[in-house]
Amino acid sequence: MRREVPVIICFLAGALFIGNYFSPKLQPVAQVVNQWAIICIAFAYVLGVANIFRINYQVITRKGKDWIYKVVLIVGLILMIYLGIFRGVKEGTAFNWVFMNAIYPMQATMFALLAFYIASAAFRAFRIRSWEAALLGITAVLVMIGRVPLGEAVWKEFPPFTEWIMNVPQLAAKRAIMIGAALGAISTGLKVLIGLEKTYMGGE
Amino acid sequence: MRNFFEKLEKLDRRVIFIFVAIALILPLFFPLNIKFSVTPPVKSFYDTIESLPPGSKVLLSADYDPGSMPELWPMHLAALRQMCKRNIKIISTQLWATGSPLAERAFNLVAVGEYHKQYGIDFVNLGFKEGREVVMVSMGNSIPQTFPADYHGNKTEDLPIMKGVKNFSDLAMIVNISGGLPGTKEWVLQVVSRYHIKLVSGCTAVAAPEFYPYLQSGQLVGLLGGMKGAAEYEQMVGVTGLGKRGMDSQSVAHLVIFFFIIIGNIAYFSMKLMKKEK
Repeated sequence: MRREVPVIICFLAGALFIGNYFSPKLQPVAQVVNQWAIICIAFAYVLGVANIFRINYQVITRKGKDWIYKVVLIVGLILMIYLGIFRGVKEGTAFNWVFMNAIYPMQATMFALLAFYIASAAFRAFRIRSWEAALLGITAVLVMIGRVPLGEAVWKEFPPFTEWIMNVPQLAAKRAIMIGAALGAISTGLKVLIGLEKTYMGGE
Repeated sequence: MRNFFEKLEKLDRRVIFIFVAIALILPLFFPLNIKFSVTPPVKSFYDTIESLPPGSKVLLSADYDPGSMPELWPMHLAALRQMCKRNIKIISTQLWATGSPLAERAFNLVAVGEYHKQYGIDFVNLGFKEGREVVMVSMGNSIPQTFPADYHGNKTEDLPIMKGVKNFSDLAMIVNISGGLPGTKEWVLQVVSRYHIKLVSGCTAVAAPEFYPYLQSGQLVGLLGGMKGAAEYEQMVGVTGLGKRGMDSQSVAHLVIFFFIIIGNIAYFSMKLMKKEK
């Protein structure tokens, strides 16, 4: 029963949403199930927070590797929960101040570092070792230059040419990958629905 | 000579970092003001919003975080400017928790600060709701049920802007500012194909190629790709924002990367040739 019940629930939920896509008559039932799903996901957050506390608390109490960072994590978590719930989240609140002055610059910094790593990666990766590598490297350079104003200053037709690369060869390859992936997703989805694929339940 | 090319081939990445940093910083102080034209996906984004009659209600979903702000923030502000200028009523939602404070700030800067629009009448921030695609589908049935209260805790149904808004059929279109998943792809798959509503998207440059198939099929009617897309859009809206100001830095940085690719290949082929001769 531990296996059969989840498979039956999964089949019924999947069948309901597939049916709802084609028939509006199932809309009221689907909406109720949607609301359940949103509530379940919200509860998953509570479980996630509890899990973070449990795992990090263990590391802190036995002073494991990087325990000091775990303290920062727990303090930050408690602080943001407290500020968000009891002091509000609007502009001008402490919650918003921490977000704008700590989270915002830290996330922006992490993303900005990409520019440097991409430059270094491009230097090493775009070596013309074969015809395929040459094709990839030349196309990358053309698109890179064509998609900034400098490209247009060099050659007026650069942006339309880049758009052509994006709209014809790039799009053809992308569409082929998407159709392949979609067919794979449909087959996996059907296997899950009819109970042939059970790995999502975990265990052996 | 061999030594030189060997060193060049294994160039320390910190040297590249310094050149990229200089390329990014210098144009900010000494702008080049290079002119650029508007590409069709950006024009289509602008025209679609421009074609809406004043008073239309538009859903603006700001699904991004501070990490992608350099690319998405300028287009978010420019979209707000165009919609406020045309007296379009804006209903904003976020499927990313970190998007809510950004949406709030954008409204305060543009809708309130520049156009003196009234909260609850001209625009509303319904805030964040976890659930990704489930939230999108749920909104197709009932937006007030999916978002019973707005970001400030007001009852959604009591807000004047929400009068007569039940689901997507009561909206003129969706403007999605997308930083990843859930984002434009999910809006196309879950909402456009099912509810047949117009969708335009502003996304990061790295994500833009993924959306070209949707653009060609008409499931997406306009696309702003990265900072360049934002700069072109700002040009159409008639503002000089962060997108346009960042274009010189991006141009020079791309040029530096291009030169490093060339240098890398010169070193690689020279070494290859020397090994052959040996």
